[in-house]
Parts: sequence; C-alpha cells; structure tokens
Amino acid sequence: MKNNWWKALAIVLVFYSIVGGLLFYVPAKPILNETIRNLYFHVPMWFSMIILFLISVINSIKYLRSNNENHDLKAVENVNVGMIFGVLGLLTGMIWAKYTWGEAWSNDPKQNGAAIAMLIYAAYILLRNSIDEEQKRARISAIYNIFAFPIMIVLLFILPRMTDSLHPGNGGNPGFNAYDLDASMRYVFYPACIGWILFSVWMVQLRYRIRKINNLTTN
Amino acid sequence: MITFAPMSLLAQIKTLLIKEVTLEWRSKYALNGMLVYVIGTVFICYLSFRQVNPAIWNALFWIIMLFASVNAIAKSFMQETKGRQLYFYTVASPIAIILSKIIYNFLLMLVLSSTALIIYTVIFSNPIGDMLLYILSVILGALSFATAFTMISAIASKAGNNATLMAILSFPVIIPLLILIIKLSKNAMDGLDRSVSADELIAILSVNSIVIAISLLLFPYLWRE
Repeated sequence: MKNNWWKALAIVLVFYSIVGGLLFYVPAKPILNETIRNLYFHVPMWFSMIILFLISVINSIKYLRSNNENHDLKAVENVNVGMIFGVLGLLTGMIWAKYTWGEAWSNDPKQNGAAIAMLIYAAYILLRNSIDEEQKRARISAIYNIFAFPIMIVLLFILPRMTDSLHPGNGGNPGFNAYDLDASMRYVFYPACIGWILFSVWMVQLRYRIRKINNLTTN
Repeated sequence: MITFAPMSLLAQIKTLLIKEVTLEWRSKYALNGMLVYVIGTVFICYLSFRQVNPAIWNALFWIIMLFASVNAIAKSFMQETKGRQLYFYTVASPIAIILSKIIYNFLLMLVLSSTALIIYTVIFSNPIGDMLLYILSVILGALSFATAFTMISAIASKAGNNATLMAILSFPVIIPLLILIIKLSKNAMDGLDRSVSADELIAILSVNSIVIAISLLLFPYLWRE
C-alpha cells in the first residue's frame, strides 16, 4: 500500500469526477447549458496528454545522455498512452463542438493544431517502426521526439492565441476560469485533472512493465 | 606524424559551405532538377486553374514551394557516402556540419524560391499589394524550409533514406511555420499595413531560432554512430 496509494487515489478521483461531473450543480449559461460538464472530461484528457508527452521528452533526453534502454521504453510508452488520451481529447471536444459551435469540425485553429500534433506523434511511431536495429531505433526516435516537442507546443499553445478561435481561452474568448469556473465547479474540475493524470501515469507504468517482460522472454 | 591545426568553427563552416557549393556547381543535378520541377509545377497549376482568387493563388505558391523544398532538401544527406561521413566526422565538428548544411540549404532555397516567384508572377499574374513584404515572406519561407527540413533529412537519412519517411516526418513539423508564412504573405498580397504583420514576423523568427537551437543540440547525437 505504501507505493500504491496513488493508484487508489486515481481510481477514487476518477470515479468521483464521473459521478460529481454528471450530477453536481453547474451554473446555467446560455448556449453552453449542460455541455459545460464536458469541462470535467475534455480538459483532463489534454492535461494528461501534455504531461505524458513531457515525461516522454524527458526520458528521450535521459536516453541520449545514458544510452539506457529503459528510458527509451518509457519514452515510447508515454507517447502510446498519450496518443490514446489525445484522441479521447479530440473526440470529447468534437462532441462538445457539435452542440455548441454547431459542427463537430469547424476549422478551429485549436482543433487543427491538436490533429496535427497527433500526426507528429504518429510520425514518431512510424519512424520507430521503420528501423530494426534496437539502439539505432532508440537514438533516432529520441532525437525526433525532442525535435518535435517544441513544435507541438507552438502548435497547441501559441498559434491558436494568435488567431481567431472559438475555443475557450483563445482568440479573445474568455477561458472557463474567467467566469464559468465558479467555486462549485472547481470542486470537481481539479480532482478530475489530478485523477486522470494519475490514471494515465498508471497506464504507462503497466504498459512499460509488460514491454519489459516481453523483452525478457524473447531474449 | 602529421598534426592538423584545429580550425575554428567559422573556418570549418566556411570550408564545408564552399565544398557544398562546389559539389553542387560541378554536377548541377539537384539545382537544375529542382528548377525544372518548379517550372513544371507552375505550368501545371497555371494550365489547370487559369484564373484563381488571391487566397488560392497564394496557397498554391506555397504548396509548390513545399514539395519542391522537401525534394531538394531530402537529398542533402543522401549523397554522403558512409566513407565520406566518417571522414567528416574526424575532421569537422558536428555543429559545423549541420550549420553549413542549413546555410547551404537556405541558399539553395533562396535560388529556388526566387526563380519560382519570378516565373509564378510572370506567367500566373496576380496583383500583389506589397511586393517588398511578399519578397520578405518568401525569404523567410526559404529560411524556415531550410532550418526545419535539414534536421529532418538528417534523421531520415539515418533511418534508411526513403522518400516517404522524409515526407511523413517533415510535413507535420513544417505546418506551424507554413501557416504563419501563408498568413504573412496573404497580408502582403492584400497590401495591409506592415504593423499588422509584426506578430507573424516575430513568431516566424522565434520558431526558426528554436528549430536551429534544437538542431545544434541534437545533431551531435545523431551524427555519432
């Protein structure tokens, strides 16, 4: 239990955010109405994805400094799970956009940026699969991972702020924290973020261990 | 025993750059091939569209440049044989190698894009409001293609040198820069006041500096084998 308390915390927080997110009081806003609850599910997906990609880049840097295979395995599993969360973030965003903006895909810079970020990481996975030699694969994909990360940051956090965007928090639109996120919503939103981030890290840990066992049994 | 006096970084870059230009000038293969490619694509676009609205004209120009530059820069590490790479590794620092490649590709892209711009505007004429700013955006475009694609072509050349991989790796990476450049050149076409484009200029320059800085940091690791 000493080392696993955070997994229990992740489960409790995610369950709490699902129940609380669907049942607790939310402020009634025009246009948004009940879709405001999507905040509890959509935003934590992106937070988790960014955290996982960050951990992946840190592991890639560690790999280049140490040539330790474990860092490479951690880097790739963080990207794999990060992709799942990125796709979930896109889907929850599209469902929300369908009800508030009228269309699932409305050429919004934030949506486009998120889709291109997925392409960058798909390219990373393709690059990995195109090289057979293990050390070479680890080194070259680590280099691409580090090279692509700042460009993804530009894509997701700088470009949408420079143009008109319907997305909350961009292009002059107020973010949810400005007026929508009143005290009652914070009680669900922050636990949801922490819960999903812990949950995603747990997923990575499991996948990393499975990969290590596979490597041991094949060698 | 022969000892070489270690050359300074600038001297190394200069020597490598002269070597690149000389090699290119001797064969002229890449340059001529690319020029014919650009002219051919401009004609295809002209004959298939005849008349377009300014936004499409601008987008077409950058799409032509995108494909021409991917093809041109993909070659930059392919022509180096293993033996020659080993030789460079012993005599030059990796930073000098990547910087000289970036500068060389920038010059190559300048030649390509200025030729393309002249042919494109002559054949497929379209009014440009602020020609000077448009030329600046073309120069910045050349710089952006050179910085982003040089490192990617180095990565792709280490991963088996296939052209598909080069396209897959480079397109997502160039999109943010391309969006900014297209916006800048559209502003120039519309003849908007130059202060409107200041944001884009700063963003393009800073993204380019980031890309160059990461290339310099990462290339030594890529080079080592």
